[in-house]
Amino acid sequence: MTGSYDILIVGIGGQGTILASNILGEACLIEGRHIKGAETHGMAQRGGSVESHIRIDGLYGPLIPPGQADLLISFDLLEALRYSHYLKSGGTAVVSKNLVLPTSVYTQKLTPPTEDDLVAALKKHGLCLINADQIATEAGSPLSLNVVMLGAASRWIPLKPESLLEAVKRLVPKKTIEINAKAFQMGRDAGGKS
Amino acid sequence: MERKYLLGNEAIAHACLEAGVDFVCGYPGTPSSEVIDTLRAQPERPYYLEWSVNEKVALENALAAAWCGVRAICTMKHVGLNVAADPLMTSAYTGVTGGLVILSADDPFAHSSQNEQDTRCYAHFARVPCLDPASVQEAHDMIPEAFALSEEFGLPVIFRPTTRICHSKGDVGLGSVTKSTRKGEFKKDPRQYVVIPAHTRVLHKKLNEKQPAIRKRLVEIGFNRCEVKGKTAIIASGIGATYVQELLPEGVSFMKIGAYPIDEEWLGGFVRKHEKVLVIEELAPEVEETVRQVAGTVSVFGKKNGYAPWEGELSPQTVAAIMEKAGFLNKSPFVPQEPVPNLPVRPPILCAGCLHRGAFFAIKKVFRDAIYPSDIGCYTLGLQLGAVDTTICMGASITVGSGIAHSGEAHDVVCTIGDSTFLHTGVQGLMNAVYNGANMTVVILDNRITAMTGHQPNPNTGLTACGVETPTISLDAVCRACGATFVETVDPYDVTGMVNVLQEAKKKKGVKVIIAKQMCVITARRMGVKRGRYEVNTEACTGCGTCVRFGCPAIEFADEKARINDLCSGCAVCARLCPVGAIVREGKK
Repeated sequence: MTGSYDILIVGIGGQGTILASNILGEACLIEGRHIKGAETHGMAQRGGSVESHIRIDGLYGPLIPPGQADLLISFDLLEALRYSHYLKSGGTAVVSKNLVLPTSVYTQKLTPPTEDDLVAALKKHGLCLINADQIATEAGSPLSLNVVMLGAASRWIPLKPESLLEAVKRLVPKKTIEINAKAFQMGRDAGGKS
Repeated sequence: MERKYLLGNEAIAHACLEAGVDFVCGYPGTPSSEVIDTLRAQPERPYYLEWSVNEKVALENALAAAWCGVRAICTMKHVGLNVAADPLMTSAYTGVTGGLVILSADDPFAHSSQNEQDTRCYAHFARVPCLDPASVQEAHDMIPEAFALSEEFGLPVIFRPTTRICHSKGDVGLGSVTKSTRKGEFKKDPRQYVVIPAHTRVLHKKLNEKQPAIRKRLVEIGFNRCEVKGKTAIIASGIGATYVQELLPEGVSFMKIGAYPIDEEWLGGFVRKHEKVLVIEELAPEVEETVRQVAGTVSVFGKKNGYAPWEGELSPQTVAAIMEKAGFLNKSPFVPQEPVPNLPVRPPILCAGCLHRGAFFAIKKVFRDAIYPSDIGCYTLGLQLGAVDTTICMGASITVGSGIAHSGEAHDVVCTIGDSTFLHTGVQGLMNAVYNGANMTVVILDNRITAMTGHQPNPNTGLTACGVETPTISLDAVCRACGATFVETVDPYDVTGMVNVLQEAKKKKGVKVIIAKQMCVITARRMGVKRGRYEVNTEACTGCGTCVRFGCPAIEFADEKARINDLCSGCAVCARLCPVGAIVREGKK
C-alpha cells in the first residue's frame, strides 16, 4: 500500500538477527532510503523464538501484518515454518537448513517435525534453502551465518549488493571484515544457484 | 543533519545528549533499559550517571538534581513508576527549576512485563505534562522539548514511549550534541521544598493554576495537531497514529495526539466539526474519555462502546479491523492468516549453564511439596521447572512467602529472589519476615548482575554504571543485619552441597537465608571464563532421561541416548546428576 518492501527475519535468540537488521538499515542509509524496523529484546531473547520486522522505504509503522511480507529470512527451519504465514502470496523464504529443536521437545517428549517435513511444508512458498552453517564455516567462521543469509537474500532485497556489502564491512567487528565479506559473497552465490 | 539507523532507545539517548543532559539515573526495566545503557557507553560523559537501586530512589535523586537547577532524566519501565509514585505525586507540587524528564516506558501486550498499565494515567493523576511519541523520530524530537517544557512550567514532564517505540528502529535525523554549562546549586526555599501542610496547600493550588497554560502550549508546540477533511474523523495517539496514517481513506479527518493534558476547547472544536469520530489508542481510553467529554451529539467510537480492544498492543491489522467495524474503512486490506498449527513452541528458557537451574533443582529435591513464591527476573522462567508458584511485582517473593507462612498454610515456604531484586525492594520483606517471626526459607539467586534487562551492574557487582570499581555489598551481612541467624552461601553448580544446606534449613524454625552464588553464565562468557564442555559416553548412557528432565537446552535426546550440543557451557551439573556417570568432560571418555 505504501510501497515498502517488507522483510521478516526470524531465528532463535542469540543467532544474530539484530546485526542482520542493522546491516539492512545501514545499507538503506547508504542509498538514502527510509527504513523502519521492530525487534525482540529482553527476556524473550533467552533462547526463545525471535522476529525482526524490516520495512525498506517504510514511512509509517514498523510492524508487518501477516500475509504481507515480501521476504522471509530464517536462520532455522522450524522458525521459518512458524512465521511462514507472514509471507504474501508470491513471497519468498530464504531459509538456513539449520534445525535446532526446542528443549520442550525433549522435556515433554513431543514428536518433532523432521527436516524433510519442514522443507516440504515450506515449499508452498518460493523457497531458497541455504546450507548456511557449512558456507559460514567455509568462509572462515560459523558466526558469519547471519551474513551468509543476507548474501543469499540479497538476490531478492531491493538494495544494491554493493550497498549491502559496504554495510556489512561497516558493522562487523574489524578483525572479521574479510571473513564476513567472503561470507556475503558466498551466500550471494548460493542464493543465485537455488 | 546526520541520519542514523537507530533503536528507539538509542535515538532517545542521543536526544538527551543534544539537550545537554546533566544528570541521568534510573532502574533497568524492559523496554526502557537501553537509554541509560547507551548513555553510559558514551566515550565522553559530561554528565553524572547512575543505575539506582530502585525507581523511587532514582526519581528522588533526579528530582533533587532538578531542584539544583540542572537537567535530569530518570528512566524506568511502567511498573517502576508504581515504585516511584510516592515522590512523583508530590514532585508535581514542589516543582523543579532544572528540567526533569521521567521516562516511563509502557509495554502493551506485556511482552516482558507483569501487567499492561498506562503511564498516561499517572500523568493525569499527578497533573504533570506527558509526551507520547508515535515514532522513533518523534521520540527523538520530543526529548529536548520535554526538558524545555519542564523548565517553562517548573514541573516534571513524563515521557512515555511504548515497546514499539523503544524497540523499533528507523532512520533518524539527529541534531548536534550540546555541552551543558549548568552547575547544580540548591537555593533554600522551605515553602517550596518542605511540604508541611501549610506549604503543600499553597503548592497544590499553584499546580492547578498551571494547567490551562500547559494545555495551550502543547497545541502550540505541535505535538497535538489535526487536519479537517470531511464529516468523519479518526483521533489517534502513540504508535497507533502511524498505523492509522497508513490506512487513512481520502476524505477522513485526522487528529494526532502526542501530548497531555489535551486542550479541551481545541479538541471540542475539532470533534464537533464531525458526525462520527473514532479514537485509536493503546491501553487506557485516556484520549477517548476526553473526546467523550467534549463530543456533545457527535457519535464516538472506541473502547468504551466495544469497537476497540482494551488489552494488548495495536498492529496494522487490528487497526484496520477497528476501522472496518466502525465503518471508517470498507474492507481491511489484510486477509487474516493462520499460523501453521501444532508446531513445538520455543519459549524463552534459562540458558545452558544458568545457575538458577541447579538452584531450582536442589530446592525441589529437598522441598518437594513446598510453596514457591518467586520474583521478577530471569528466574521467573523457573515456572517451566515447576519451581515458581507466585510472581506479582519486584520484591514480592519474601513478602508473599511470609504472608503465606503466617496464614496457617501447612506446607513449607521456599521463596526465590535475585540479587538485584533483593536490593530493589526485597530487603524490606526480609526485615519484616524476621521481625515478625515467619517460618520460611529464602533463597537469594545471586548472579552478581541484573541479567534479564541486559546485564546492568548493581551494588552487588562491584562496579558502577560507568564501570568504576565500588565497594561490593555483602548480602550475607545485609541478611544478618536484618536479624536472620541462618545465612549460608552455596554454589548452585554444586547441587549436592546446596541440597545439604537446604536440608539443614528445613530442620530449623524462623527465616533461613541461602545465598546461591555463581556468576551469570553470559557475564562469565563475556569475561572470558572458559570451562571445558561435557559429552555423553553413549556406551555408559542408559537413556534414563534424568539429565533431559533437568531441562537444559544443551541436552538433547535421540535414539534412546542423551546427547550434549554445543550450547554446553561446562557447568557440570548434569554430570553430577547422571546416576551412571555417563556425562564426562569432553575428550575424557
